[in-house]
Amino acid sequence: MTRGPSLFNRASVGLGLAFLYGPIALLVLYSFNASRLVTVWGGFSTRWYAALAQDGQMLDAVWVTLRVGLISASAATVLGLLAAVTLVRAGRFRGRALFSGMVYAPLVMPEVILGLSLLLLFVAVGLPRGFWTVTVSHTTVTLCYATVVIQARLAYFDRSLEEAAQDLGCPPVSAFLKVTLPNIAPAVAAAWMLAFTLSLDDLVIASFTSGPGATTLPMRLYSQVRLGVNPEINAVSTLLIAVVTLGVVAAGAIQRRRSVSS
Amino acid sequence: MRRPWLAAVAPYLWLGLFFAFPFLLVAKLSLSHTVLAIPPYAPQLDLSQGHAGVPAFVHQLSFETYQRLTSDRVYLSSYLSSLRFAGLATAILLVIGYPIAYGMSRFPPPTRQALLMAVILPFWTSFLIRIYAWIAILKPAGLLNAALGVLHLGPLSLLNTDTAVVIGLVYAYLPFMVLPLYAVLERQDERLIEAAQDLGCTATGAFWRVTFPLSLPGVAAGALLCFIPMVGEFVIPDLLGGSGTLMLGRTIWTEFFANRDWPAASAVAIVLLATLAVPIALFQRQQAKVTA
Repeated sequence: MTRGPSLFNRASVGLGLAFLYGPIALLVLYSFNASRLVTVWGGFSTRWYAALAQDGQMLDAVWVTLRVGLISASAATVLGLLAAVTLVRAGRFRGRALFSGMVYAPLVMPEVILGLSLLLLFVAVGLPRGFWTVTVSHTTVTLCYATVVIQARLAYFDRSLEEAAQDLGCPPVSAFLKVTLPNIAPAVAAAWMLAFTLSLDDLVIASFTSGPGATTLPMRLYSQVRLGVNPEINAVSTLLIAVVTLGVVAAGAIQRRRSVSS
Repeated sequence: MRRPWLAAVAPYLWLGLFFAFPFLLVAKLSLSHTVLAIPPYAPQLDLSQGHAGVPAFVHQLSFETYQRLTSDRVYLSSYLSSLRFAGLATAILLVIGYPIAYGMSRFPPPTRQALLMAVILPFWTSFLIRIYAWIAILKPAGLLNAALGVLHLGPLSLLNTDTAVVIGLVYAYLPFMVLPLYAVLERQDERLIEAAQDLGCTATGAFWRVTFPLSLPGVAAGALLCFIPMVGEFVIPDLLGGSGTLMLGRTIWTEFFANRDWPAASAVAIVLLATLAVPIALFQRQQAKVTA
């Protein structure tokens, strides 16, 4: 008996995807609307994109966000790799429960609590809030996601390869770097991308931990969104969506090609 | 590597300093009181005279802020409505997420892969932007009412209502519900269903007696993964809800930024954390089971 998708299955998947993509599609569509009103189609126009290019504050925010994202994602990936190695290979050690608790808890912890607690830390140690406090905060939260992604791949890695390298005289750390790391590279890249995207996207933690001069793009968007719908925001959103979509699709294609060739 | 725990040192210290330790500060601050100063709370731990400052500091801590929380109805109602919003949205997510995940798992593997990608993709696009997209749909002169107007229905004023918050929660968290459900349904052995049907079970019967019970770990994972962060959600109630929409995440934000009442914000955070401790522990046990 073949059990392909029934009509009901097709309908639920179709409606589900329509629900997920409909609002995003509308947003993209209206970023090209010449009219300022959402319900009036004033013809195709790229005027909001032109307006965007003139918006210095918005461009500053984009620049801050990119720098925070690049630095925090890189730091989070390195720390996440170390944490994943610990969780997969260290077996039982004293403090393991606390360690895995600290790794998994931020995944579900409400962001408001994370933001508040980090802010109190910075206030307590007298660190002025700004670029570096946001970067450190993003590293902390995204390193947990990076760990989970890398850990999933590392758990399936055949350790005998690394052991063979060591038997052939390779020191342990360099065996890890030369044999294991290239093998789990797609997961490490995926972890970095996830960390970067999460940092790009974060509003709540950045609002708590940022200071003057380090307004990130989501903070800027949020302050405008509160004032209502604005076609310029649609234009920024469309650009962000395009960048992220391209990145994810490209990453997916690379991973597929690797899995086919290996 | 001979001593794999060595790898733990850096992430352990990092998480200890930037994740665990700050929680102690939140707990401490929830026992302080507000003052008009920078930072806006007292007592401050003063170690300039050596350790003599510690007892004086501890002596000044009090549960005054918590008493304030219990006496002001705003806190209690925002607590209850947070749980209600998260519970309702989780239930709706299960009802609409299950058929989607189940439907996906019935497609042949290459299509499945593409569908999986399609469900994950919105998760990568900005949360804020996806919520913002709903403002244009739900606002009084928005797309929903324009569409209803064509059908000579409506108008509905949904923006800034509790309904809008539930729509937003369901929309934003749908991938978090579908993915764990799909993960268990996809791995299920089809022969179990065939066996049940060979033994005289109808297709519907086989679903409820075999497929569904076997997918319960996915149901639990999806429900926890959605419920826990939704209780503390800030962006959705703030942008889609009305001024009367109370949720704990928003309360913390308002106390902190608008009222500059840091002790109250901390106390609410502690209460929220205490409430979520049980579901978070359940979630961690499940994660540990999956990774073991």
